[in-house]
Amino acid sequence: MQNWINRLIAAGEFGKNPPRDLVYAAVIFGLSAVVFLGVAFPFAGIVSWVERRVWARIQSRVGPNRVGPNGSLQWLADGAKHVLKEDIIPDEADARLFKLAPYLVVLGFVLPWAVMPFSSALILAELTVVGVLMAGWASDNKWSLIGGIRSAAQIISYEIPAGMSIFPVVLITGTLSMQGIIRAQEWEPYHWFLFSNPFCFVAAIVLYISALAEGNRTPFDLPEAESELVAGFATEYSGMRYLLFFFAEWGNMFIAGALITTLYLGGWQAPGLSASPLVMNVLQLLSFNIKVLFLVFTSMWVRATLPRVRIDQMMSLCWKFFVPIAFINMIGTAVWVAIWPDGNPVAGYVMFALGVAIALLFIQRVMYYLKRSRMEMYLHPTI
Amino acid sequence: MEPLRIYERLKERFGERVLETIEKKPDPFVLVDPDALIEICRYLREDPELAMDCLSNETGVDYKDHVEVVYHLFSYGHRHGAVLKIKLPREEPRVATVEGIWKSANWMEREIFDLVGVNFEGHSDLRRILMPEDWPGHPLRKDFVEPQEYHGISTVRESPIVRLESHKKKPA
Amino acid sequence: MSDATEPTLRTEEMTLNMGPQHPSTHGVLRFVIRADGEVMREAVPDVGYLHRSIEKIAEKVGYHGFMPYTDRVDYVCAMFTNQGWGMACEKLAGIEVPRRGEYCRVISTEFNRIASHLLTVGLMGMDIGAMTPFLHALREREMINDLIEELCGARLTFNYMRIGGVAWDLPPGWREKALAYLDHLDPILEEYNALFSYNKICIQRLANVAPISAEEAINYNLVGPNLRACGVKWDVRKDMPYSAYADFEFDVPIGRGQWGTIGDSMDRYMMRIYEMKESAKILRQALTRMPDGPVLAKVVRNFRPPAGECQVRVESARGDQGWYVVSDGSGYPWRVHVRTGSFAAMGIIQKLSRGLMIADLVVLIASLDVIAPEIDR
Repeated sequence: MQNWINRLIAAGEFGKNPPRDLVYAAVIFGLSAVVFLGVAFPFAGIVSWVERRVWARIQSRVGPNRVGPNGSLQWLADGAKHVLKEDIIPDEADARLFKLAPYLVVLGFVLPWAVMPFSSALILAELTVVGVLMAGWASDNKWSLIGGIRSAAQIISYEIPAGMSIFPVVLITGTLSMQGIIRAQEWEPYHWFLFSNPFCFVAAIVLYISALAEGNRTPFDLPEAESELVAGFATEYSGMRYLLFFFAEWGNMFIAGALITTLYLGGWQAPGLSASPLVMNVLQLLSFNIKVLFLVFTSMWVRATLPRVRIDQMMSLCWKFFVPIAFINMIGTAVWVAIWPDGNPVAGYVMFALGVAIALLFIQRVMYYLKRSRMEMYLHPTI
Repeated sequence: MEPLRIYERLKERFGERVLETIEKKPDPFVLVDPDALIEICRYLREDPELAMDCLSNETGVDYKDHVEVVYHLFSYGHRHGAVLKIKLPREEPRVATVEGIWKSANWMEREIFDLVGVNFEGHSDLRRILMPEDWPGHPLRKDFVEPQEYHGISTVRESPIVRLESHKKKPA
Repeated sequence: MSDATEPTLRTEEMTLNMGPQHPSTHGVLRFVIRADGEVMREAVPDVGYLHRSIEKIAEKVGYHGFMPYTDRVDYVCAMFTNQGWGMACEKLAGIEVPRRGEYCRVISTEFNRIASHLLTVGLMGMDIGAMTPFLHALREREMINDLIEELCGARLTFNYMRIGGVAWDLPPGWREKALAYLDHLDPILEEYNALFSYNKICIQRLANVAPISAEEAINYNLVGPNLRACGVKWDVRKDMPYSAYADFEFDVPIGRGQWGTIGDSMDRYMMRIYEMKESAKILRQALTRMPDGPVLAKVVRNFRPPAGECQVRVESARGDQGWYVVSDGSGYPWRVHVRTGSFAAMGIIQKLSRGLMIADLVVLIASLDVIAPEIDR
């Protein structure tokens, strides 16, 4: 990257003798802006449409299908609507904090995008907590306050199992670099870290659940519980500010999926089908995206299915259940790595077979219920 | 037990305070003295052969010259019921509350207070339940006149019925 | 050294307002909640937003004219209110409904019971966050609505019954469609149970929330599935049989507290599922054994029952409704009063709410199956 910029400077693209630091900074900001605007926001928008269609098909209805082919431009229409709405700020609310809060939340979601393969996304997620608390307090609405406090407690608590579930992978590879972790895995499923030992399997599941809790997704969406708190901390918001909270939520799904894919599902590893680096890059991009999008789809599926966990049950679940399990995973992996420093491929095959068996069992159960209820299935995905 | 037998037992026990047993069809009822209401209700509830453990319905009715409160009692253990009535004067109807005996009377008496205007002495929380707190009058009374406006909102509107000219009867 | 004598943290009580516009109160209800953080000190209900003075209107429109108004007393299960009013007038005037009319009444009311319970089950799901069971329940309910629309022309406020019977006979081919629907319903109920009722999160949210003992329930005059969930085996259809219910065999499920305590929210919720199965049983028996004959007794246009008063109890989906009608011999009733199951259930919420969490209040209201128009009339 740096070489490329140096060559551009030498070729005189930036005028005569520009200050190098400024040029580096300008290029990085420009590229980041492109990534945010061109990738992160549209992704959040498209995910909102996909989510609505997935829910609708699960709930035996249709979902948005008017705006654009199969409703795929619905998110643009929603965005335009929200931007054009009247910006209501309650009289008694603290205006500065009220306006600042959504931007902090979005910052928390957007920053990991630019730095995703290079560093841990954990610390940046803390910004979300501040933003949500600020939104709840500044709204001058007791329901929002309750929502904000619940959310802060939830996010902070679930940082711990999430963080501890990353450690098994670090113990195995000895590096925190995302690229290093990905390179340590192979493209075959039984060489993923997910299946490398039973502790990693459980750690991946704990990480997924904690990621759901971090992103305020059902079954942990108590802070924005529609049926109890209207819209929780976002009750008093209207228009674009309201939408920004949800952008952050949808975008967080991708971040969480990307994290789990990188650590446990082999990242962008793809079968070496071609010698050309361009084709390989495309295959790797495809592999990464397919895995991440599958996890995002699972988040939507879980949201449509499960009810909400109550706040005290959620806290006790975190502290009494997930934290001890995460500890055990860490220690178990450490013991495993001590016994087999170069990994144990047999365990990989066995765990993979177990995983396939579980998946087959799940499919068989679904088919059993479908046959029993004699529903008319309408499987056409696009109406 | 048949309702009439229940009323006979009441008459035996309370004598004159049970005013009369009226054998109206289809549902017979017994008229009691309002001052003896609490005693009678407590007896009905605690006597093991009557065991009326449920106040299933409490209604206030406005007759032109007096106000009545009707109690429908029921026993889940013995599967029998009884109907008690008390007559109250229209100007200042007041009677003791049976909330201490059956908790379901709480809301039902609030409704009677709200709509018919009976004052229940000893009630823990006697305030209007269906109408707004500052509504004048008691709507289910026969002489209730609807106020023309409430907090600046007019309650009078044009009648939506439009009589067509052609349907008016022509004089012969 | 203990600080037990002095409180170290100053806490304040919050007064919150839940409603009247709120996504999960069942109708227009308002609760003034005094809460200490998440735990409530008390939730005081404030009703009356839906008061339409239906009882006073009865005194103006006469006996026949009041039938459509009874639909609006509880619009989710309107057949029961229709039947209650019809039965009260018939009892006053001594009219007997023909056998086929009684069977039609039973069929329409049992279908309405299933529809109402489907709505309750779905709403419970939505209130605790699972959106899908609500939409699946509505899908089944739409099928019932279509059936009833064929029968009487309306999907929600039916006005199907008249004093002396029902307005129209079953249309041709309707019986087969109804039986086909019942075949479809049975495995669907199993699916609901597997998807939602036996879900660990649902059980965690519902079990042990606000248990009510049997004595308390009777004292507060809880009726219907709420009372049966507390262990009291009372069903007006079985114990004081009216209409054609004496001809049918069905069970009366009661709560046994398998997932928590007897009388908790899980029991009240599961009562509805069990009752739907019993209703399906009754419907099959009624549809296969319908007698022939007229469906409406001859009743004069200006209906003047003799002076008197009566009380009639109908087992509606929300409990037993008590209709008390006073007639003075003229063509207009002197007083009409409905005591509905939801009215009694609201009375107990204030007491049960002490010590509950706000999230549990929503579960409590949904499990008691409170519908605002029934409370306010």
